[in-house]
Amino acid sequence: MNFKLDKEKALCPQICEQLCLAILMGEYLPDEKILSVRETALDFGINPNTVQRAYESLEEQGILYSVRGSGWYVSEDTSIAKERIKNTVKEKTALYFLAMSALGYSLEETKNYVKEWENE
Amino acid sequence: MSELLRCEGLSKKYGSKLAIDNLDLTVSRGKIIGLLGPNGSGKTTLIKLINGLLTATDGEIYINGEKPGVETKKLVSYLPDNIYLNKWMRIEQLIKFFCDFYEDFRPELAYEMLERLGISPKQKLKTLSKGNKEKVCLILVMSRNASLYVLDEPIAGVDPAARDYVISTIINNYNPDSSVLISTHLILDIEQILDEAIFINNGRIVLHKSIDEIREEHGMSVDALFREVFKW
Repeated sequence: MNFKLDKEKALCPQICEQLCLAILMGEYLPDEKILSVRETALDFGINPNTVQRAYESLEEQGILYSVRGSGWYVSEDTSIAKERIKNTVKEKTALYFLAMSALGYSLEETKNYVKEWENE
Repeated sequence: MSELLRCEGLSKKYGSKLAIDNLDLTVSRGKIIGLLGPNGSGKTTLIKLINGLLTATDGEIYINGEKPGVETKKLVSYLPDNIYLNKWMRIEQLIKFFCDFYEDFRPELAYEMLERLGISPKQKLKTLSKGNKEKVCLILVMSRNASLYVLDEPIAGVDPAARDYVISTIINNYNPDSSVLISTHLILDIEQILDEAIFINNGRIVLHKSIDEIREEHGMSVDALFREVFKW
């Protein structure tokens, strides 16, 4: 996993998002062991407590599960992770259309613009 | 007990200048905390008081319930803002020196970290570059199994790659029973590893919050908030 964290926003949800994305992309398979809290912390250069909180919140949501003395694993059911990413996609799309409407583009015009952009 | 360090009504005067002004502070275990303030705000004075290198004019400090002294030196591992070690010594001699001084020193950890950096323990401190000298000092300090690590400006004066090294060393040595107090004004480089930030100015605490609180309440990075608070 390699990406830049946005320092203006809380880091914990960003970690959750990245993990869900990794699951969605098949980088992590169901029941596969993921990087330890410390390894992830080192990977991102962030505080281990933040990673711990992210893992715990993903466990609550049923995306990960922990095995005492062993580590963290991806749940068999990856649909929740996929659902989460779907929400993000929805949000980002909405934000894009909002930004375009602020520039004076109607929904229809924005759609046309996307098509144009694709052809370029 | 989760409380590791407590300062109560702490003051320190240098002549008529008040360097620390009636300061109250509590630090719990398992945290990485940034002590952030402009130059001359009292960061180093506070750190020296915690280490018992200075005595308070007024107020008390408790580390694990004890006042600074012989017993607390066993708990606190301190990285000063300048190098105090004998420069003619070889690194292996320094490691021996630390072994003699501190019961909790783990020489195998120090050798392992040196090896990873490619620094030979046979080298004398004075033959090392400035950056490597600082890394060796950090290795010595982090190789202790202490309760409180106090790092005074660990990243000032080293290149960005060395900063990354310092940061990963701190993360690598993190454990839930001990805390790390890092003083710095280079906030941007360090803020992502912090749990809490303490802003200090004119010897007083201006703000003491968790990083997530800062990001959520103020919607900005710690660095941006610092610039706003200390704008002039």
